[in-house]
Amino acid sequence: MRTAQQPRSEAARERTVHRRRQTVRSVLIAAGSTGVLGTLLVVAVTGAPGWDRVRASFFDPGIARAALPEILAGLWLNVRLLFFCAFGALALGLVVALLRTLRGPVFFPVRALATGYTYTFRGLPLIIVLYVLTLGVPGLRLQGMPSVLVLGGIALVITYSGYLAEVFRAGIESVHPSQWAAARSLGLTYRQTMRHVVLPQAVRRVAPPLLNDTVALQKDVGLVSLAGPIDAVRAAQIATADTFNYTPYIVAGVLFVLLAIPLIAVTDWVTLRAARRQAGG
Amino acid sequence: MSVLSCRGLRKEFSGHVVLDGLDLDVAEHEVVALIGASGSGKSTLLRCVNLLEEIDDGTIHLDGEHITDPRVNPDRVRQRIGIVFQSYNLFPHMTVLDNVTLAPRRVHRRERAAAEAQARELLARVGLAEKAGAYPDRLSGGQQQRVAIVRALVNSPRLMLLDEVTSALDPELVGEVLTMIRDLKAQGMTMVLATHEMGFARQVADRVCFLDGGKVIEQGPPEQVFATPTHPRTRQFLHRIIEAGRL
Repeated sequence: MRTAQQPRSEAARERTVHRRRQTVRSVLIAAGSTGVLGTLLVVAVTGAPGWDRVRASFFDPGIARAALPEILAGLWLNVRLLFFCAFGALALGLVVALLRTLRGPVFFPVRALATGYTYTFRGLPLIIVLYVLTLGVPGLRLQGMPSVLVLGGIALVITYSGYLAEVFRAGIESVHPSQWAAARSLGLTYRQTMRHVVLPQAVRRVAPPLLNDTVALQKDVGLVSLAGPIDAVRAAQIATADTFNYTPYIVAGVLFVLLAIPLIAVTDWVTLRAARRQAGG
Repeated sequence: MSVLSCRGLRKEFSGHVVLDGLDLDVAEHEVVALIGASGSGKSTLLRCVNLLEEIDDGTIHLDGEHITDPRVNPDRVRQRIGIVFQSYNLFPHMTVLDNVTLAPRRVHRRERAAAEAQARELLARVGLAEKAGAYPDRLSGGQQQRVAIVRALVNSPRLMLLDEVTSALDPELVGEVLTMIRDLKAQGMTMVLATHEMGFARQVADRVCFLDGGKVIEQGPPEQVFATPTHPRTRQFLHRIIEAGRL
């Protein structure tokens, strides 16, 4: 990139002045319209006839403070579940995608199984998988049955890996055949080509949608509370039932958004980087 | 004994016959240029020799070994043949050095340090020493193609296949790649190159083969094929090339 040079000609100087004036103008317009819209919103909400009652039942600072420790404890469960489920789902999704891309008649059963997997678990509602695993499986009374929390986590991993497998597969298939030809021509085997040439490019390309699904997973991990464990939303529900006040839900909602911000920021950054890399080519 | 020997090669793509009983022999240290119209089967022939395409009939022998025998491990055969493609096909997520050392390290299980030393030396020899740490998208087309040639050379192949290696290059970058190929010839590398550069084929090739309808229909020393072509199809082709100002 070249460094900016001092404009030399009269025409260039005029253009610079004009452009600067335009910039100032657009900043002023943006600030003005934001202010107007914000004021209108505040007036509309706080001026509404029922605002005082809504404020009392949704935005009570005292209740918020009282409910916060329980909700935070629940949120910690969400965070831990998210961490393990995200890694589990990414790993399983990658394995399923790799099995689906295997060529050759020997692998037909594996390929069919992997395909059936993605069809089944993308179609099946998560809640049903959760109920089957957390309520049905313990009913077998087998020795060494994991806790409901682990079973719920497995349900999440199974469902989400169905989606992630398809994202990975799209990435693998987006790598141009000429890359395969170049790698195989050097004597690399199918596995070496996949591992060193195709997957690195594929994962880089689909990193934004993968992270996007992880953001979605963050909200769905709370569903394990249907089977008993208390997550943030469930904790808020309990607090609401205690106080007949909805403020705990708002608290939980704010915490969820705060939790999502870093993940979403990373997603945006990765997307931007991918776009820039492509433009730089 | 010839390095490469193709007999009765036949290859079709969904009913369209590309190679139709093609015979070709290449002796050690020989440079053979394949010429012919687009779609005459030049690239397909090279891809078949490197076992990137499966042939429908015929046989290919490399150093006397029957490599189109289904029991032969194609990965081991490909290690002995280098191929360079028209569109370079460098790995975009790897630096130049990693591109070049991938095969030595993963296929030949060489130590990273040794592989990198050899790669750096080869890169230096073609004037790309300072590009070792760069990614392919920061290189010009000519530089990328030279890296691709180096990448094929580190395997010390018995045979180099060059598939239209200058066709995607800007005219002023063609020279640097051709110089490199000329050096390879001087070192005694056995090469088969598909090309549209008739001038270059004339300079560097020991033998020119004219492909038409999936067969070699005329071959001989370049001065003979270019000056006194005997087959009417060859004459027609060369006439069109001259009209286009490419000879």
